[in-house]
Amino acid sequence: MSTSELGVADVYDKLDISGNIAFQLRGFTQNSMWKDQNTSDIESSISGEWEIRWQNNSNNQRVSFITFARWDENDKKRSHVDFREAYWAYQNEDVELLIGLNKVFWGVAESVHLIDIINQTDLVENINQEEKLGQPMIRLAFQEDYGLLSFYLLPYFRERTFSGPDGRFRSEAPINADNAKYQSSSKRKHLDFAIRYSHYFGDVDLGFYYFNGTNRDPRLSMGGVNSELLLNYDQIEQIGLDLQYTNSSWLWKLESFVRDGYADSIFAGVVGFEYTFYQVFDGIGDVGILFEYQHDDRSSVESITSADNDFFLGSRWTSNNMNDGSILAGFILDKKTSETFYSIEAKTRLKENFLLSLELKVATNSELGEPNFPQSRDDYLELQINHYF
Amino acid sequence: MNIHSDTPLKNILCMSLFLFLPHNSLYANADSEKGYNIAARSDRSDRGFSDSVVEMTMILRNSAGKQASRTLQFKTLEIPDESVGDKGLILFRTPKDIEGTALLSHAKILKSDDQWLYLPALKRVKRISSRNKSGPFVGSEFAFEDFTASELNKFSYKYLRKENCGKLICDVIERIPLYENSGYKKQISWVDNSIYQLRKIEFYDRKGSLLKELILLDYRVYDQKYWRPHKLKMNNIQTKKSSDLIYDAYKFNLGLTDSDFVKGRLTGLR
Repeated sequence: MSTSELGVADVYDKLDISGNIAFQLRGFTQNSMWKDQNTSDIESSISGEWEIRWQNNSNNQRVSFITFARWDENDKKRSHVDFREAYWAYQNEDVELLIGLNKVFWGVAESVHLIDIINQTDLVENINQEEKLGQPMIRLAFQEDYGLLSFYLLPYFRERTFSGPDGRFRSEAPINADNAKYQSSSKRKHLDFAIRYSHYFGDVDLGFYYFNGTNRDPRLSMGGVNSELLLNYDQIEQIGLDLQYTNSSWLWKLESFVRDGYADSIFAGVVGFEYTFYQVFDGIGDVGILFEYQHDDRSSVESITSADNDFFLGSRWTSNNMNDGSILAGFILDKKTSETFYSIEAKTRLKENFLLSLELKVATNSELGEPNFPQSRDDYLELQINHYF
Repeated sequence: MNIHSDTPLKNILCMSLFLFLPHNSLYANADSEKGYNIAARSDRSDRGFSDSVVEMTMILRNSAGKQASRTLQFKTLEIPDESVGDKGLILFRTPKDIEGTALLSHAKILKSDDQWLYLPALKRVKRISSRNKSGPFVGSEFAFEDFTASELNKFSYKYLRKENCGKLICDVIERIPLYENSGYKKQISWVDNSIYQLRKIEFYDRKGSLLKELILLDYRVYDQKYWRPHKLKMNNIQTKKSSDLIYDAYKFNLGLTDSDFVKGRLTGLR
């Protein structure tokens, strides 16, 4: 029987429309700290995601279109719309060509996503930096026996989103997000590019890349008539590495980069492990222990990082039951300043199409002048219900 | 099920052998060879399909009767060499909150499999530990090893007896997992004598107690040679939970290749 008689495509839905709508409630444990910030300790917001996916009959072309929108009660800047994906892709046995907006993730660590660089962070969504804006790109990827080799052309830059004057998670001086400064005269239209290789060798998964273009991480400087914080997007070159060694219940992880840009070269790394105890206490689930050490040698003239000399200790519980409940809890301790950041993220399925999640973020020991001080009164408990359709 | 004794002739033969030997090792070897041969006939009768794709519904029930379901797609690439395991790709369709999640697995026979999990929300591909072969697969009573463990060389075998199984006659074979990190001390399998397929498996936990019972139903034949069960019922004897797998029609020989089963492809599945 020939392949064409059976037709690979029968197996797939040609057009798939799905999405979810979510209600989010954040309760802040303390009053806001800065002038003009909304004084309410409760913040509600609604978000929605609408996904359209299509694949052709011979299954070598696909289109994806994902729109995201949020309305926030207190912070105008947090109310926003973005195209997470809007691309067309062609793929055969060895090659993939993708044109449009897309999201790409690189990395292995849990406490910080250090080397992930293609997409800009949608910071108003969550301070965990896991939400990303859709990045316009042309990607050409070759799947060979020796691994996956990907080339990225990134023709348009997305600026990071920041809370507005009335929102939480901001510094004393408001950020002037409408007037960013670029090192390149082409500004947002600078053509960035990246080359990445990734593969695995037995128990070792390895990836490295070279990136040349606009730093996703803005450098802050004071300026303007109203003493605002200005955003500076520098040109950088960066080499990044991610490595994972998987052995029985152990995952050993390493991420590292070297960046050349504004001032001196920066070296940063995160190294650690995850060890899982499977089916503990008579099968109530799996418990993992995570430990990571973060290092970053950048000077104070660079963009701010709090992951400079920090320990992360965490635990992950996965219930492995009908509702797929899970909890990830941990803290990051800055060795030098003893600032400590606690985080709990939990979720469970309520019914077939409803997901309930809970998040707690607490920062302690933040002194004036330390990276997290401006947000030290923004501890919050968040409840969210997603309905999927 | 009734227990049928072997033919008298064979018993006499075995007994006479026993008289001439210092111990019964040959008897054991004969049983393990017979067990292996029956398992091999069953396993090999289903081989040669190159690749397959099937959509599946999983129904989970807890002891209180509460029910949940998942739908997923199973893709398999057959590796003809019996000393290497097959490659598999599982794509989740529902529940909707995990839609697009995928699990790629390169099975090894005796060592831990290589496995990668794709999380669509973050677009993250994560190499995961396959140490947990014996844990519940997505909350079901099936362990991951229950899906891949039909590979012949993952077990040593011992022929036990012949007995009726429903309208058929079955060979009953004990199989002992040889692979790393199995959750089972042993399994007892029933293989029928007409189409040589597995009809029932009993799973014994590491302490040797009966843990689960799997019934394989609704066998259908494809291309006049590949038999596949379309309904699997797993009952956990100890927890009273159960899971059913209901398969749609299989598709074979779709021309899938190694490059459909690499981690670099996980981001572009849908």
